[in-house]
Amino acid sequence: MEEFLTTPAGIALILVAQGLLMAIFLLLSAYFLIYADRKVWAAVQMRRGPNVVGAWGILQSGADMLKLVFKEIIVPAGSDKAVFFLAPLASFFLAIAAWAVVPLNEGWELSNINVAILYVFAVSSLEVYGVIMGGWASNSKYPFLGSLRSAAQMISYEVSIGLIIIGVILSTGSMNFGDIVRAQDGDYGIFSWYWLPHFPMVFLFFISALAETNRPPFDLPEAESELVAGFQVEYSSTPFLLFMAGELIAVWLMCALTALLFFGGWLSPIPGLPDGPVWMIGKMAFFFFIFAMVKAITPRYRYDQLMRLGWKVFLPMSLAWVVIVAFLAKFEAFGGAYARWAIGG
Amino acid sequence: MSQIDYTRAAKYFLLADFVKGFALGMKYFFAPKATVNYPHEKGPLSPRFRGEHALRRYPNGEERCIACKLCEAVCPAQAITIDAEPRDDGSRRTTRYDIDMTKCIYCGFCQESCPVDAIVEGPNFEFSTETREELFYNKEKLLENGDRWESEIARNLEMDAPYR
Repeated sequence: MEEFLTTPAGIALILVAQGLLMAIFLLLSAYFLIYADRKVWAAVQMRRGPNVVGAWGILQSGADMLKLVFKEIIVPAGSDKAVFFLAPLASFFLAIAAWAVVPLNEGWELSNINVAILYVFAVSSLEVYGVIMGGWASNSKYPFLGSLRSAAQMISYEVSIGLIIIGVILSTGSMNFGDIVRAQDGDYGIFSWYWLPHFPMVFLFFISALAETNRPPFDLPEAESELVAGFQVEYSSTPFLLFMAGELIAVWLMCALTALLFFGGWLSPIPGLPDGPVWMIGKMAFFFFIFAMVKAITPRYRYDQLMRLGWKVFLPMSLAWVVIVAFLAKFEAFGGAYARWAIGG
Repeated sequence: MSQIDYTRAAKYFLLADFVKGFALGMKYFFAPKATVNYPHEKGPLSPRFRGEHALRRYPNGEERCIACKLCEAVCPAQAITIDAEPRDDGSRRTTRYDIDMTKCIYCGFCQESCPVDAIVEGPNFEFSTETREELFYNKEKLLENGDRWESEIARNLEMDAPYR
């Protein structure tokens, strides 16, 4: 058996199994994320949220998924059919593909590549195509307006996300997630992580992540009060489900990135306690809770406010931060807090 | 060069609004839920609540309605249809008393106009049906409603009497 697993067929089998495991993890996450999202949103508004299907409404997401799958797929007349169905597929596939390099524990990743951050960044940049194609192929006014908005929005905020990530890469000296997390391993537990030396950027990254994933308060592409549902207007049934799942998995990815880049991934916050995937999932769940709370408490930004924030506040701040971090890392300031590669983690 | 409001700028960059909003959100997060868990728990109803109609009887089982047709006349939606004939014992009674519940606007004029408190709107509001025909109530159905809801109706009338 062990011999078989070293042959090409065996390796391929292991890879497929790992990929399936990850896909199952992501779909289960999406299932519970939508439930958690609705529950948090309801609680803030003093409602109960889903509580009828199954105990505490835990089966509500399953019922909704089944309902969507069994509905009729409506294709608008005059739509570009190939692109119309390609859009949700691209959205869902790319959201899942980005997870190929995300580790949930030491070595728990599908593919351990050196440019992991670049890969995630590239794939999540491609996600904008799902939205643009969906809006364009629908051959309808509101979806088109929604997709135009999202194109500008997602590209604007990717710029500042990229610059913020450069700060982390400069401090670590590597683009590998494993190296980044190991660089945050220190004697002081939670205070060794990157959130402290990169403090203001944590908030910038989180807010940019909200914009990047089209979450409220930056959900302009869907803005139901103006655009009905933006690029999703003409979508129904399974394609709509794919859009929703892709969006949620992208949000989950942003939670994972926040945990990995700034909050020590699978490292335990208290020195002495064992590290493990529990911490990673716990941190991701915490950030998703913040995502959901932000959705509940903030009103939607106006389009010009969104652009002003992205280009006139976030871009200069993150650009300045890259320069500052470069100097702090070069001269190993603050006991090498910004140059983990120099002091050996 | 206009003056820079440093307090405002500091609040902006420290996300003061967001922190405040988050605290408020968390306060309501743990606040008691306002939702009434409807099929399992129901909200309070006023004694004056105007729900499903019912025809009442006297305690000896005799129906109250004397076919004066005031309700039929006052009904703004013209939902009530009444036919009447003298009964064998000479008393005036209805042979037909229909209410089209799809027309009814639940204004309560019929129970206001009734001189013998025969037609009343009871506390029941859960009488949805799967077909339209089931909502064309006849005398039999209305009397059955009266028998079923008599205790509630009597209590509501008693509670509301001082204000009439």
